[in-house]
Amino acid sequence: MAEQLNRTPLYDEHLALGARMVPCVGWEMPLWYSGIIEEHRAVRRSAGVLDLCHMAEFRVFGFSAFDFLQHMLTNDLHQIAELGQAQRTLMLDEAGHIIDDLVVYHTGDLEYMMVGNADNRASDLAWLQERAPADLEVVDESDRTALIGLQGPDSLGIIAELAGEGWRAPGPFRIAESMLDTIPALVARTGFTGEDGVQIVSGARHAAALWRVILSFPEVMPVGVGARETLRLEAGYRLHGRDIDRTVDPVSAGLDTFVPLAKAGYVGAQAVEKIRAEGPERRLVGVRVDEGIPRQGFSVLREGVEVGKVASGTYSPTLEAGIATAYVPAEYSAPGTSLEIAIRKKTAAATVVALPFVQDATSSLS
Amino acid sequence: MAHPSDRSYSKDHEWLTIDGDVATIGISDFAQDQLGEVVYVDLPSEGDGLISGEAFGEIESVKSVSELIAPVSGEVVEINDSLGDAPETVNQDPHGAGWMIKVRVPDDSQIDSMLSADEYDAFITES
Repeated sequence: MAEQLNRTPLYDEHLALGARMVPCVGWEMPLWYSGIIEEHRAVRRSAGVLDLCHMAEFRVFGFSAFDFLQHMLTNDLHQIAELGQAQRTLMLDEAGHIIDDLVVYHTGDLEYMMVGNADNRASDLAWLQERAPADLEVVDESDRTALIGLQGPDSLGIIAELAGEGWRAPGPFRIAESMLDTIPALVARTGFTGEDGVQIVSGARHAAALWRVILSFPEVMPVGVGARETLRLEAGYRLHGRDIDRTVDPVSAGLDTFVPLAKAGYVGAQAVEKIRAEGPERRLVGVRVDEGIPRQGFSVLREGVEVGKVASGTYSPTLEAGIATAYVPAEYSAPGTSLEIAIRKKTAAATVVALPFVQDATSSLS
Repeated sequence: MAHPSDRSYSKDHEWLTIDGDVATIGISDFAQDQLGEVVYVDLPSEGDGLISGEAFGEIESVKSVSELIAPVSGEVVEINDSLGDAPETVNQDPHGAGWMIKVRVPDDSQIDSMLSADEYDAFITES
C-alpha cells in the first residue's frame, strides 16, 4: 500500500455521496455510488455526471501550434479550422504504435487544448515537449483544470437551463463558452458513453460547485468509473492501456477513421502506410458470449486453439450479456465468426460482432 | 448492515443455517454489498460433493468475480434455481430468498468452528 493515490477536486463530494472508492490509474476514484448497473442505465435513459478531473489537459500555444500538432497527431487539423471545433485524434510513435488517443479542441487563435488519458499524462507531455519548437508553449493544465462529464439524453436540457437565456447548444464536436449558473466554463459536445452529452471544462476551484449544481437536477445520477467502463465498452470506444497501447497501430485497432488517408508527414505515417498496404495481421474485434462474463486476459479460442486474449471484457447492462474486445488473426475478424472464450473452467461460445456493441441515439464514433 | 444471529458465518463470507442434517448456504449481506450488483451465479449440481474450504461455485458482479468457498463438507441436495434468472436476489435478500445451495451435512461438528453473527461482525470490522 505504498502507492500514494492522487485525489481529484471532487474527492470530498464522492465521500459525501457514499461512493465506494477504488484505486484507478493512480487516482482514488468512485467505483460506484448506488450501483454500476443503475448508474449505467441512468446515462442511457436520462443523465449521469462523471468526475473526469483525473484526465490530462494540455494547452499548446504559439505561432507554430498548427504545424506542430499537424505533425504530432494523426487526424487532419484542417477539419477543425474554425474556433470551437474539436476532433478525436491519435498520437503515434515512429513505429506507428499508439502513445495516446486524445480529443483536440481548437480553443483560440494559435491555441489548442488536448485531453488525454490520465495515466499517459507524463508520457504525453514529455513526448510533446521534447519535440516542440522553442517558440511553442506546451503546458500541462491538468492540475488547475476541472473536467466533468454530463452524459445522457437529458444532458443538453440541463446545461441549457444552467446557462440561461440566449445560450445555444454547441453541435457535436464543438465547444461553447458558457456561464453555468455563475461558473465560467467551456461546454464541449463530446463524450465516451455513446449517448448525447457534454464534457465541461472549468477551473479546478469551480469543480465542486459545478458538480453540486448539476446534481441538484433530480434526473441526474452520479456515475462512477464502474459504469464509465461498461458505457464506453458498449459504445465501442477503445481504452488506452487495454485495447490500445504502444504495441498496436491504428489500423489493427480499427481506428483508421482518425488517420485520414490523404494525410502524410505525421509521426508514424510510414509505418501506418505499410500496415495499410499489407493489411494488419491481427484486428481488434468485438465478441459477445452466450454465457458468463469474459474478463481481461482470458484466452480467446478458435476451435479449441488459442488465437488471442481478451483486451476489455465486462457485463453489458444493456444487452444483459458478456461482451469483450480481443485482438485475433485478421482471418477471424469478420462479424459472425464463431470463437470461444475460456472463462475459467468453462469454454463459452462467442461470436464476433461489429462495434459498437450498442447502437444508440447519438453514437458518435465517426 | 445486519447479520442475523440465527445462523453461522465463515471468514469467506458465507452464512449457514442447519435444519436436521441439511444446511442452507448463502453469502452475507456484507459480501453482497462489497460485490455490488450480482449478475451471474454459477452453482454446483444436485448430488455434487462439497469439500470444506474449497470452491463450490462462483459469483460475479459487473466488476469482479469471486469464488464461493464451502464452509462445510457434504452433498448438494438442492440448488436455488431462481438465481439463474434473477441473480439480483442475492443483493436484495442475501439472507433469505438469495440462498444458494442446500447441503446434507453428515458431521455437524464442522459448524462449531464457524463464527457467530457478533464474531463475524467483529471479523469484518478488523479486516
